[in-house]
Amino acid sequence: MVQGIDSREKRYVKVTSVTDEDGFITPVSVTWEDGRVYEIDRILDRRQAASLKVGGTGMRYLVRIGHATTYLFHEGPRWYVEAKIPDSAHLRP
Amino acid sequence: MDRVILHSDMNSFYASVEQAEQPDLRGKPVVVAGKEELRHGIVLTKSIEAKRYGIKTAEALWEARAKCPNLIVLPPRYKLYRRYSEMARAIYYQYTDLVEPFGLDECWLDITGSLHLHGGDALVVAREISERVKAELGCTVSIGVSWNKIFAKFGSDYKKPDAITPITRDNYRDIVWTAPVRELLYVGPATERKLHARAIRTIGELAAAPDSYLQRRFGKIGFVLRTFARGEDTTPVKPYDPTARDVDRIVKSYGNGLTAPHSITCAGDAKALIWILSESVAQRMREDGVRARTISIGVRNDTDLSGYGCQVKLPKPSAATRHVAQAAWAMLVAHEPLDEAHPIRALHVRASDLVEPAPFEQLSLLESPEPAWEQLDCCIDDLRRRFGNTCIVRGVELLDDSLRSLDIKDENTVHPVGYFHR
Repeated sequence: MVQGIDSREKRYVKVTSVTDEDGFITPVSVTWEDGRVYEIDRILDRRQAASLKVGGTGMRYLVRIGHATTYLFHEGPRWYVEAKIPDSAHLRP
Repeated sequence: MDRVILHSDMNSFYASVEQAEQPDLRGKPVVVAGKEELRHGIVLTKSIEAKRYGIKTAEALWEARAKCPNLIVLPPRYKLYRRYSEMARAIYYQYTDLVEPFGLDECWLDITGSLHLHGGDALVVAREISERVKAELGCTVSIGVSWNKIFAKFGSDYKKPDAITPITRDNYRDIVWTAPVRELLYVGPATERKLHARAIRTIGELAAAPDSYLQRRFGKIGFVLRTFARGEDTTPVKPYDPTARDVDRIVKSYGNGLTAPHSITCAGDAKALIWILSESVAQRMREDGVRARTISIGVRNDTDLSGYGCQVKLPKPSAATRHVAQAAWAMLVAHEPLDEAHPIRALHVRASDLVEPAPFEQLSLLESPEPAWEQLDCCIDDLRRRFGNTCIVRGVELLDDSLRSLDIKDENTVHPVGYFHR
């Protein structure tokens, strides 16, 4: 496991997206549960793929938000991310 | 030139899908099983890990738990499996339009015509498909590659999971012919017994069986089996519309059966079940625009789980729920006392001997015309199409509370389809 990350969980997120006339869907921004909005700067990859970390399958977008890249899955009507669960060990005094 | 046919089989399909959806379940003994409280508690699919404990498909859950105490039992989620199945087929369609599904988890692909577009090597295509299914769906397939459908299927069963087995003209004698005859498609326990009685134990021995014996013992099907064994089967891979339902083929009969949530010991419950089953059967006939001449029922009693069936011919072909149900009900009442001493566990209603509706209908000269039951049913069908199957129900179906939430028609899954359909 990556240091600081305990595990991942499947978390559905609110996504603003654009659907063009051919049916291609392009996510524009992700709204996190606390209301913060992350603009997607660039889509680096899109492919049908299974999430090996949290399960499920769908159209997987590799998106760049600022300096970070992350996977965003489109599963039917809903979107989800492989959310990080922080490692609680380093928080203990 | 030989055809190039792949048979792709998703390994322990339901369990693999559950493991793909919930990664925590990976590497653990998992079975997908029917609901125990409805007494459907048998193993539908086991994961590879569960298989190691000796758990078998169609085993009762208590038997499975005895073999593996920490077994994880999951209820089936057919919608999810259908989604995965469609996604797998979507991958296959990118290699050929000749894709023939055989149940939810198996498909034949004829890539003879499109092979040169993908590099010309069937094994490379098979590997690519296998890798894509793994990456895109998160489950594994085993693929058999051969020049006919039977050997392709044999190949996909030969090595599991996540394997590719080519059956070629060079190796089929070593691989297929040495295998037990049971492993050939359409050799079941009964055929195997007959073949064993004549010391035919391997597929190779079946391939060499003499005409006279096959004719005498099996008739036509004997020659078909020998053709299968020799790899001479020329049945084409039948393309089929991916958007259509699995049942959109030439159908010989419509049937629905149910193991009741509790034993049936009174006429009211039995009647309710007969009507619910008949309704689904008749509704499916009407959807496909056919009528049946013969109605049969199957009864399984609760005390020793033995079963029997009987059938009756309708005075004229019908797809009206009322006619199906009344015929089925009359048969049941004639054979069963329907009391505490004779509990029934499962009932089955089937309509066969199908006819396409004629442009005109021969009316009876002697009887007064009947009310248009089928038209009434069509109205009900339309309501159900718009508002769901449970939006309108018959009075008899309300007699048994435990049946009320059932939606037989919607849960009806037809698979696998037969090999011999046209």
